[in-house]
Order: sequence, then C-alpha cells, then structure tokens
Amino acid sequence: MTFLHRHRWLTPYLLLVPGLAWLAVFFVVPLGFLAHQSLESGTIEFGYAFTWAWHNYADAITTYHTQLVRSLEYAGIATVAALLLSYPLAYWIAFRGGRWKNLYLLFIIGPFFVTYLIRTLAWETILSDQGVVVRVLRDIGVLGADGRLLATSTAVIAGITYNFLPFMALPLYVSLEQIDARMLEAAKDLYASPARTFLHVTLPLSLPGVVAGTLLTFIPAAGDFINAQLLGTPEQYMIGNVIQSKFLELTDYPAAAALSFILMAVILVLVAVYARAIGTEKLTG
Amino acid sequence: MSASAEALPLPARRTGLRRSLAFARRNVLTVYAILVFAYLLVPITVVVAFSFNHPAGRFNYVWQGFTFDNWRYWDAVPGLRSALTVSLEVALLASLIATALGTLIALALVRYRFRGRSTTNLLVFLPMATPEIVLGASLLTLFLTIDQAQGFNTILIAHIMFDISFVVVTVKARLISFDRHLEEAAMDLGANELTTFMRVTLPLIAPAILAGALLAFALSVDDFVITNFVAGTTVTFPLFVWGAARVGAPPQVNVIGTAIFVVAVALMLTNILVQNHRAKGDA
Repeated sequence: MTFLHRHRWLTPYLLLVPGLAWLAVFFVVPLGFLAHQSLESGTIEFGYAFTWAWHNYADAITTYHTQLVRSLEYAGIATVAALLLSYPLAYWIAFRGGRWKNLYLLFIIGPFFVTYLIRTLAWETILSDQGVVVRVLRDIGVLGADGRLLATSTAVIAGITYNFLPFMALPLYVSLEQIDARMLEAAKDLYASPARTFLHVTLPLSLPGVVAGTLLTFIPAAGDFINAQLLGTPEQYMIGNVIQSKFLELTDYPAAAALSFILMAVILVLVAVYARAIGTEKLTG
Repeated sequence: MSASAEALPLPARRTGLRRSLAFARRNVLTVYAILVFAYLLVPITVVVAFSFNHPAGRFNYVWQGFTFDNWRYWDAVPGLRSALTVSLEVALLASLIATALGTLIALALVRYRFRGRSTTNLLVFLPMATPEIVLGASLLTLFLTIDQAQGFNTILIAHIMFDISFVVVTVKARLISFDRHLEEAAMDLGANELTTFMRVTLPLIAPAILAGALLAFALSVDDFVITNFVAGTTVTFPLFVWGAARVGAPPQVNVIGTAIFVVAVALMLTNILVQNHRAKGDA
C-alpha cells in the first residue's frame, strides 16, 4: 500500500494490465498469426511454409469475388431494411412509450434470448414449403404454384435483418430518447409542419444513433454465414461460408486467412468512407 | 355500428369516414410499431409452440399434435445434457473472469487520466468491430500454431476475450454518472482507500457490474461462430443445435431454447417492475 501511495501514477496501469494482457494475447497476437498464415503456401499434408505468398490474396479475390460482393450486398440491404423497420419503432417507443418504455424495449431484446441458431431454425420452419406463409402466397398468386421462399436470397436477407435488428433498434432508441422535447415544441411554435420538424430537427438529432446502428448491424451481417447456410443454398453463400468451410472442412488455411483479412479490410474501408460521408460533417455541423 | 351509420344523414357519414381516416393517419405509427413487434415475436412463438409439438419422424417442421412429453423427457436426446452443462459452465466462468477484468479496465478509463488512454479505448473497441468469423479464425490459427489442443479451455479463453469489451462498455456507461462526493465523504470520515472502495464504491457500482456480467453470460451461452472454431470435439449447446439441425433438430432443442428465453425474460421483467415500483415510490 505504501508503495502505491508513493507511485500513484501506477494505479491505472495496474488496473489495466490483466484485461489488456488478455486482449493482447488472445486478440492482437492471433491476428498476427492469421496475417502470417495468409502469406504461407503449401498443403495440409506436406505442411505450410512462409513464402510471402501475396498471390493468396489475388487468388482469393479472383475465385471468391462473387461471394464477397454478395456479402456486402446482402449486409447492405439487410442494414437498410433493419433501419426502415426499427426507426419508426424506436421513435414510437421514445415518444409514445410513456412509463412502459422499458417493457417495449424488452419486446425488442427478448427474442434475442432465444439462441441465435434456434431462432434462425424457426424462420426455416416459418418459410418452409409446407408452411402457412408459402401456402397463402401461392394461393393469392404472389408466388407461383411451385414458388419457394426458403433457399432464396430473400429468405437469407430477411434472416439477417431479423437477427441483427436489436443492434439497429437500441442505438436508435437511445439517440431518440435523448432528444429534448422542448426542441420539438420550439419547431412547432415556429410553425414548422410535422414533416419539416422531423426532417430538420428530429432526424439530424438522431443521426448518431443511425450511424452507430448502421455500423453495428452491417459489420456482423457482412461476416455472417449462418443465415445463408440455414435459409439459403450454395447459390446464396456469403464470404463467411467460404472462410468457415475452408478453415474447418477443407483445411486450406492460407486461403481462408487471406479471405478473413480481405473481409476485414473491405469492412474497414467502407466504415471509413461512411464515417467521412455522414459522421464528421453532419454530426458536427 | 353499420345500422346507426345507415341512419345518419349523408354529410354526417362523410365526416365519420373522414374521422376514421384521420384516426388511421394519426395512429399509423402505432399500427406500424405493432406490426414490427409482431414480426419480432412470431419466430419466438414458433419456437415455443414447437417445443410442444409431437413430431412424426425426425423432422420438427410441421405441427402434428400437442404433447408435454418433450418437456417431461427433455433429457431423452443423447448429448443434449452434456452440451448444456458445458455451455453453462463456460458461460459462468467466462462471465466471472471477464467481469473482473473488464470492470478494472472500466475503472481505470473513467477514474484516471493516463498515457495510452486512447490506445486502451481502441483495443477495447476493436474486438467488437471485428467480424466474429475473423476472431474465431485467428484464435484457431494461434492454437494450431502453438499446438494447443482445442476443447473446454480454448472455448473459455475465447469467450473471456470477446466478453471483456462488452463488460467494459456496460460498466463504463454507469460509472460515468457516479457521484464521487460519496467517496470523499467516506474519506473525510476517516476511511482509508481500501475501506472506501469496499464499503462505498463497490456497493454503489454493483448494479453496473451485475449488468455487465449478465450480458457476458448471455453472449457466452449464445455464441456459435467463435466457439465452432475453437471447440475441438467439445460440444456446447449452440454446437449441439448446429449438429442436430443437419439431420432435423428434435423438439427438445426448442424446450431448452424456450427455457433459456423464459429465465432471461423473467429476470428482465422483474428488473423493470422493480424499477417502475421505485420510480413510483420516488414520485
């Protein structure tokens, strides 16, 4: 204790050491190993050797650009869909929720205490060919007589939208909840129509929530493979499916490692572009 | 309703129509909210309902009839109990350790100004911004390179890793609003730093720590992607579901899913009721 009294500056570092060491050893170091692995060549039988094999990256892009583009496309559509679904919902809870706001939030969070895989399997049941939804859609002619929902890109995107919805809805709610009601009254007093009030007051003030929600939804969605696996076919496979099978089934580690880094890099670039376009200017302006 | 409308003169009926249109327009948001709530809850209803299904054959896709048997014989599926046990053990240990490590980081970040603060924030943020599949893949690469056999221990290591960041964020959010005058009062009354921390600080931040621990527990029980990479031949509950799904998941999977859901929602509901009760008491 006296030692600590003499060296007070040490206290925060002592608090940090155990946790940060854990993150360093089991998050940063593994990424280093993964980078190393991505530049190796060889096969599992004869072993891998580090050869600065940059062509792993080029090969991965040439072979799997379809899945890569598809991942970004699905994740993008699902993010927009989640935004359109949850913005009005979050708005309603924040401004009309009264004292039961927390209960309504429970309706959003609650479903996500059913294991991810089980709720995705539930969608499989709902969208299955024998299910009510498909039968009704066939009867009213939206789907053809042998039209399907399962094993289509619609099913995969719907699954992704559903599974990551709370990551969108909760940040939106937090930013909408913090809006000072007097701001909205002021707009009304100054004869702004409800639409103008929304566009010029509410929406800009909720933008931090939109940005946070979009990122929190898009990033895991782009790396997801469970929805494509359970609700789709190889025609809908995303980059996550490729990485997963290359690592765990085909044991083609260098290619899988290169694909992982390509995924991370693409996400980082998109996030940076997005943050520059929306974040810095509109948030501060 | 229609009879009385019939009796009304024409202009009045028009206003009635206009009024109901206005009502719909005014409540369009409420209607939309109800529809989205329904969308969120439909799959859960399916999970709960199919836990009472009496499936013919292996596939639990089509409703066949009501039975309590799946609940009574939840243990009848080989491997389910041990998978669930592994999941709960990992979640308990991982959330305890991650909560301890994460709370310390949160305390340092909120209470102290020090060099390397922004690096710390970045290091805490990055695991949450990395796709799970990359986290799993990189951990597997590490374990393969150092020849570490995969199993319970590697699952535990991975879960602690991804739990820490979420604990830091949760605890930090509540620590910021902490009234430090209370600690100063304790010190003024002669308590030393350790006593102040144990008797004043810790009890006050306990709810935040508990929230962080519960979040960590929930994330751990639910994790599939990372666990799938580092589990070796060990099976957790989500891995069991994954394996079962390939050949048709038995209704017992829905039973466990429903049970976890009910416990979690009951805990949260109690919390909301207690808070609302307190808010009422304060008012």
